[in-house]
Amino acid sequence: MTDVVDGRTGGRHRGGPGDVAERHGLAHVPLIDPAGSTGLLEVLRRRYLLSLLVRREIKARYLGSRFGLLWSYINPLVRFLTFYFVFGIIAGRGATVENFAIHLFAGMVIVHFLTESYSAGMRSIIGNKGLVQKMAMPKEMFPVASMLVSLYHTGPQLVILIGACLVTGWDPDLVGFGAALLGFVIILVLATAMALLFSALNVLFRDFGRLVQNITQVVPFSVPMMYPYELITERFGTGIWHTVYMANPVVEAVLLMQRGFWVNTTGDDQPAYVESAFPADLFQRGWIVLACCTVFLVFSQWAFSRLERRLPEAIG
Amino acid sequence: MSVATATRTGLESIVVDHVSKEFRLQYHRTLKQMAVAKSRKQKISDRFLAVDDVSFAVQQGESIGLMGLNGSGKSTLLRMVNGSMVPDRGSVRTRGRISGLIATGAGFHNQLTGRENIYMNAAILGMSRQQTDARFEEIVEFADVGRFLDTPVGVYSSGMYSRLGFAVAVHVDCDVFIADEVLAVGDKPFKKKCLAKMEEVRRSGVTLFYVSHAAGSVKKMCDRVLVLEKGRLVFDGDVQEGIDLLEYDGDDGDEENDDEVLGADI
Ligand SMILES: Nc1ncnc2c1ncn2[C@@H]1O[C@H](COP(=O)(O)OP(=O)(O)OP(=O)(O)O)[C@@H](O)[C@H]1O
Ligand SMILES: [Mg+2]
Repeated sequence: MTDVVDGRTGGRHRGGPGDVAERHGLAHVPLIDPAGSTGLLEVLRRRYLLSLLVRREIKARYLGSRFGLLWSYINPLVRFLTFYFVFGIIAGRGATVENFAIHLFAGMVIVHFLTESYSAGMRSIIGNKGLVQKMAMPKEMFPVASMLVSLYHTGPQLVILIGACLVTGWDPDLVGFGAALLGFVIILVLATAMALLFSALNVLFRDFGRLVQNITQVVPFSVPMMYPYELITERFGTGIWHTVYMANPVVEAVLLMQRGFWVNTTGDDQPAYVESAFPADLFQRGWIVLACCTVFLVFSQWAFSRLERRLPEAIG
Repeated sequence: MSVATATRTGLESIVVDHVSKEFRLQYHRTLKQMAVAKSRKQKISDRFLAVDDVSFAVQQGESIGLMGLNGSGKSTLLRMVNGSMVPDRGSVRTRGRISGLIATGAGFHNQLTGRENIYMNAAILGMSRQQTDARFEEIVEFADVGRFLDTPVGVYSSGMYSRLGFAVAVHVDCDVFIADEVLAVGDKPFKKKCLAKMEEVRRSGVTLFYVSHAAGSVKKMCDRVLVLEKGRLVFDGDVQEGIDLLEYDGDDGDEENDDEVLGADI
């Protein structure tokens, strides 16, 4: 039977016994574990499915809302205005930090990307209950898709950020560009790792979401965007608390973003000022943090594969 | 009509080896409730084996009827065969692409339209965009949901929902087809169409795993029956014997009556 498949006519069923086995060359197909998966690698391999999931989630995230995608501008805008008003105007940061708005917004873009990624990622597996219970597929698909949707929503914010920089007289340099990219990649890896880990934990411990809400509350204040980095060195010097503060990878990422966007809008007649706005070893720290986040991602994948097998029954 | 000559190729299609699946029944939700229960020496949770040390092997092209009372573990076993669940003990091995439906419905997304769900479902089952495009017309024609194709499946009737699910699953170019109570909510014409289609799939040499409470359709479709009882495999063999064991036949005996075949179930 060399009956070639013709999907349109369904001609495949005309063949005699052994038809499918021969057509698919099943004799050369090994017996495998139907639940076997290589995790994130498999997600990369099945990009078509991933793209469908991403498209679906983009559609679903603002489903039924009249303003739709507009909310992904309105929410950050309101938050930005709030922070700007409180810290820039009431607390007077606008006077001490040049172009405070960009200092703030450069950080907010990636902080928002991170928190959106892991919050949506956390809910992603529960939200796909029907699929998880009935279909075999790498479950990493769901948190990764959530992260990509958040990435998609970050795009316009980056455009706004660049627009704001240009308006205030941006003079981009290659080092700054590299810094911003490094900062962004750090958050990308961290967001994927957190989304992955949280998505599984949220199924097994339903209280997990509450805990994560608290993390989301704290993150924006734990990084130097509403206040200058200088404030930290003034308070803590380079002592243990400084080390603790800097151990948060989001701090490095935010500083790197500011190095890319904010610094070059301040004009280079104040090198001393700019110097105190960053740790001297910013890039070195950036690479170390990226390495740590990558290790964390590997750990998350490992933990996910351990927890994954319990998800279909726990989700019920 | 029913051809008992399995189109065997001597190739193992599914090998289930001492497989067990344990579920936990949690009686209490909060820590407080658990503490209270503990202090009263009540059980907080219970474990039971939904599938208990089941072993069997299926040759490519065989069609197997899986029977058993409600809650006997049929869907759980099939979940492990299609890979959506992992056994706690033992191993499952399969050859080739698996398609089908578990516990009546497909994994659809209620906010997505019928069209989008077709693509999504086919993609999960391993079909590319081109492959789905090539079969799209056929799937739509089979599902026959008319102008509801472009409305969210959330508004479908349960029959329409299962038609679409079956239509996608059956048009995936698979090697193993799992049909878990696919006929449960379909109307009579659709049931006829499904049975005819499955017969076609079966004749093309696809391994068929068929779950139904309708003895007649099992008789018609299958050349071997497995019977589960509280998770244990209590019978593996001849179709009629298996059905007799479950006493599903009732008074009708061997009469090939239409209602029985089409599953005027239970
Ligand atoms: N996620 C779960 N957690 C706990 N128990 C479960 C879970 N899923 C199934 N069960 C239990 O496992 C047993 C077997 O369920 P299963 O769905 O496999 O039965 P079935 O043979 O398909 O029944 P039916 O004929 O009604 O479809 C049932 O007692 C069910 O309550
Ligand atoms: Mg069932």
